[in-house]
Amino acid sequence: MAPAADHATTTGLDSRKMAIWTFIGSECLFFASLISTYLVYRGKSLVGPFPHEAWTSPAGQHFEPILEIKLVTVGTALLLFSSLFVVIALNGAQRNRRGQLLTFLGLTIMCGIFFVGMQVYEFTHFVHEGLKLQTNLFGASFFTLTGFHGTHVTMGVIWLITMFILALRGKVTPEKALNLELAALYWHFVDVVWIVIFPVVYLMK
Amino acid sequence: MATTAVEHAHADVHAHGSKTGLWSWITTVDHKRIGILYGATAFVFFLMGGIEALLLRIQLGRPDNTFLSPEMYNQLFTMHGTTMIFLAIMPLSAMFFNYMIPLLIGARDVAFPRLNAFSYWVFLLGGLFLNSGFLFGAAPNQGWFGYANLTSNQYSPGLNVDFWMIGLQILGIASLAAGVNFFVTVLNLRAPGMKLMRMPMFVWMSFITQVLILLAFPVITVALILLMFDRFFGSHFYVPSAGGDPLLWQHLFWIFGHPEVYILILPSFGIVSEILPVFSRKPLFGYAAMVFSGAFIAFLGFGVWSHHMFSTGMGPIADTVFSLSTMLIAIPTGVKIFNWIGTMWGGSLQMKTPLYFCLGFIAMFIMGGLSGVMHASPPADLQQTDTYFVVAHFHYVLFGGSIFALTAGAYYWWPKMFGRMLSESLGKLHFWLMLIGFNLTFFPMHFVGLLGMPRRVYTYPKGLGFEIYNQVETAGAFLLLIAFLVFIWNVIRTTRGPANAPADPWNGATLEWAIPSPPQEFNFAEVPVVHSRDPLWETKRERGGQLPEPVRVSGAGIHMPHPSYWPAVAAIGVAAVFVALMMLPKLGPAGVVVAVAILFLGVFKWAFEPA
Amino acid sequence: MTAHADIAHGETAHEHAHPGIGTYVKVGVILFVLTAAEVAVYEFGYNHAGAGFGALLHPVVIPVLLVLSALKFALVAMFYMHLKQDSRLFSSLFVFPLIIAAVVIVALIALFAYHYAFQKLIH
Ligand code: HEM
Ligand SMILES: [Cu+2]
Repeated sequence: MAPAADHATTTGLDSRKMAIWTFIGSECLFFASLISTYLVYRGKSLVGPFPHEAWTSPAGQHFEPILEIKLVTVGTALLLFSSLFVVIALNGAQRNRRGQLLTFLGLTIMCGIFFVGMQVYEFTHFVHEGLKLQTNLFGASFFTLTGFHGTHVTMGVIWLITMFILALRGKVTPEKALNLELAALYWHFVDVVWIVIFPVVYLMK
Repeated sequence: MATTAVEHAHADVHAHGSKTGLWSWITTVDHKRIGILYGATAFVFFLMGGIEALLLRIQLGRPDNTFLSPEMYNQLFTMHGTTMIFLAIMPLSAMFFNYMIPLLIGARDVAFPRLNAFSYWVFLLGGLFLNSGFLFGAAPNQGWFGYANLTSNQYSPGLNVDFWMIGLQILGIASLAAGVNFFVTVLNLRAPGMKLMRMPMFVWMSFITQVLILLAFPVITVALILLMFDRFFGSHFYVPSAGGDPLLWQHLFWIFGHPEVYILILPSFGIVSEILPVFSRKPLFGYAAMVFSGAFIAFLGFGVWSHHMFSTGMGPIADTVFSLSTMLIAIPTGVKIFNWIGTMWGGSLQMKTPLYFCLGFIAMFIMGGLSGVMHASPPADLQQTDTYFVVAHFHYVLFGGSIFALTAGAYYWWPKMFGRMLSESLGKLHFWLMLIGFNLTFFPMHFVGLLGMPRRVYTYPKGLGFEIYNQVETAGAFLLLIAFLVFIWNVIRTTRGPANAPADPWNGATLEWAIPSPPQEFNFAEVPVVHSRDPLWETKRERGGQLPEPVRVSGAGIHMPHPSYWPAVAAIGVAAVFVALMMLPKLGPAGVVVAVAILFLGVFKWAFEPA
Repeated sequence: MTAHADIAHGETAHEHAHPGIGTYVKVGVILFVLTAAEVAVYEFGYNHAGAGFGALLHPVVIPVLLVLSALKFALVAMFYMHLKQDSRLFSSLFVFPLIIAAVVIVALIALFAYHYAFQKLIH
């Protein structure tokens, strides 16, 4: 890819791997800004529905606390397992175990898709219940934060599907396992962001 | 792979594709050509920003003037600031990152040549998009800082703010992509023996700049996303009536904004630190102190942002903390200034144009730093904020600092980039006109600011004592115009003249001067090995004097990355996604789908194309 | 070309240092347990805060959740992202931005809280 691949790099580390880490470092500030926004606006919504408290509108309409902890816990577990799966898939690629690679890469993708599906369900459910981006500050900051995380998951799924097709064609060999490692690093990062979002948004009252 | 290489004017023609003509520029992945593209584009934007400034100065030349309507004034001052920061100074620095970093570290290209091309095309499209507001009579008009809730649908119903926020969003992507690229390039592509503490200072400062870009730009990206959601989808992040807080914008903007001012000045620090030793015939004084003060400035730069917000009533504790951290940052800045002076001290000064501009830089930047420390004190700032005093401050650091240093860099590296020496006499004329014009334009702003003249206002009434200052300022602005016309004339004359630049016209200390001017596509026929901080001086010492003029070689067998147009396609995709978002009400989701398809096409073709 | 082969070699040698599937699974189990603990803390700390364990937990739910989440974060970063075995440089590329990110979050929360308190005080 890079001309650098023709000769040894200064640090001895692969340039692409360094680039993906640099990118991940940069993304930390992206999510930090979104999380800050969410936290700064916590409890500042003028009207409901609220995440953890019930609310009755002046017109007398009653809203239960809107967050669905059970559903999201399942999603969280899926994302965690997908991290485990992708690292096993990478292990398979590095050791030329095709079955292991394809099985676990496939499982990773399934988990990712289910997570996105969970989020789509959650979002539609909220809109149904009367919480939209425009409703209040909670809605705005919640949908933006989790929505951008979901976009990242979707990008990751597309990347992993690309890797899966390459793997099917036998192009994810031990020498080229780095290609998968890059995707896996990004995927883990997306998981790690959710590890922060899950307690901050869903579990802290 | 190159099998034949033909000498053609000053560029090698490789087997894979012609190296001349428009198509070769569109598909180029050569860091030097991309550097020139950055430079040329940024200079055009710089001229546009300059013309905008002249129009503003004409308007302010006398009281109660009606040369510009208030609305036009707002558009021009907004576009002036935004252009100079994002479309002139940053990309002019990027020109030097592109052209010089690989040469200075002894590399054949950047780590990701096609990503580099992508950055340029995204930058170009972002710049054009930002300016396209003029075509609709709806250029951005809310100031370069875009304070909420002036930017809300309620107060800015037109397209003006849309052009601004989407333009900046696109430009941010260009900066981030380039940030990753140069960060990795500096870490991973250094010539053998070039340890971190042997890197030229320009490489160090550019490296730190990339860190700042990588950490600061995501923050404004988020701030702009929230604004986008407010404007396009009706959320209320910055709308007080729904509980939103405009201060959130200010915080996010300045968390980005203060590092941004260091993104604008650190490359210039680096340029000056390259030029001063060469023209003083002495190594850089206090190399390590320079590195660490640069790193310290960058680190502290993340902890001072609220000095732009003293007037928002943050409260005494917050004021104190940010006031102290701001004053603290003046210390490493002072260290740098002492080191530059120490570099020249006792040196045998070669009074050439690049040195003139460096001296101008040091003097002017000190003045800008001093006024900065003045409004680091909240009570003083409450008098100065939103007045022309602040305008004076940031022009002394940005024009007196960045532009002077970038000009110095242009004179210094011109022979390397184009194989021709700029005229010394015209260069010195340029310098004196610029120095005098600059001070005439901006020094009186200190006074008129302290007298209470507010910034960002399209006119002022008679009889407040502002007239004479403003007249002088306007006259100075025209002198600046003449100064840059002299520069342009110098460039035209030189370009028409003979290719007269030797490889090493200044007796340089760094690797770029060891290779022909302009360099061949592959830069170094043989990758150099570095043993010290001033590798070329050392080689010359060892061999007892000047080196023989390097010969151009065929370069056959050196693998260089192939040209590609997919980065440009991907860049078009990026811009298209944002334009489609802006036109969502008109085009509906179909537009976004098409745009995303273009983006994916570009990215996938690029990823699966052999490098 | 030889240099290239060397790198490829170096990389694979490097990868062998990555832990095996056993470690990955163990870490996965711990992650799962920690997540269950998080939800349990939420359940007891808020919904059974009346008496017993829940009452004990109630005042410290947020710090406990933060610690649990940090543990999970560290486990994924160290074992799945291989920071434990890979070059230290990669760790710093992640940790330095994380520090800045944490400072930004904490500072913003503090600044807003302080700002509102101060405005209340003077009005
Ligand atoms: C010794 C170093 C510096 C200090 C202490 C300092 C301090 C300050 C302060 C306190 C302000 C806010 C003034 C106000 O709005 O009331 C300010 C504004 C500004 N400074 Fe500096 N500064 C320093 C260096 C720089 C440098 C190196 C640059 C750019 C290269 C810069 C660019 C700016 C700009 C653009 C603004 C105005 C932003 C706006 O309101 O539009 N400053 N500076
Ligand atoms: Cu500042």
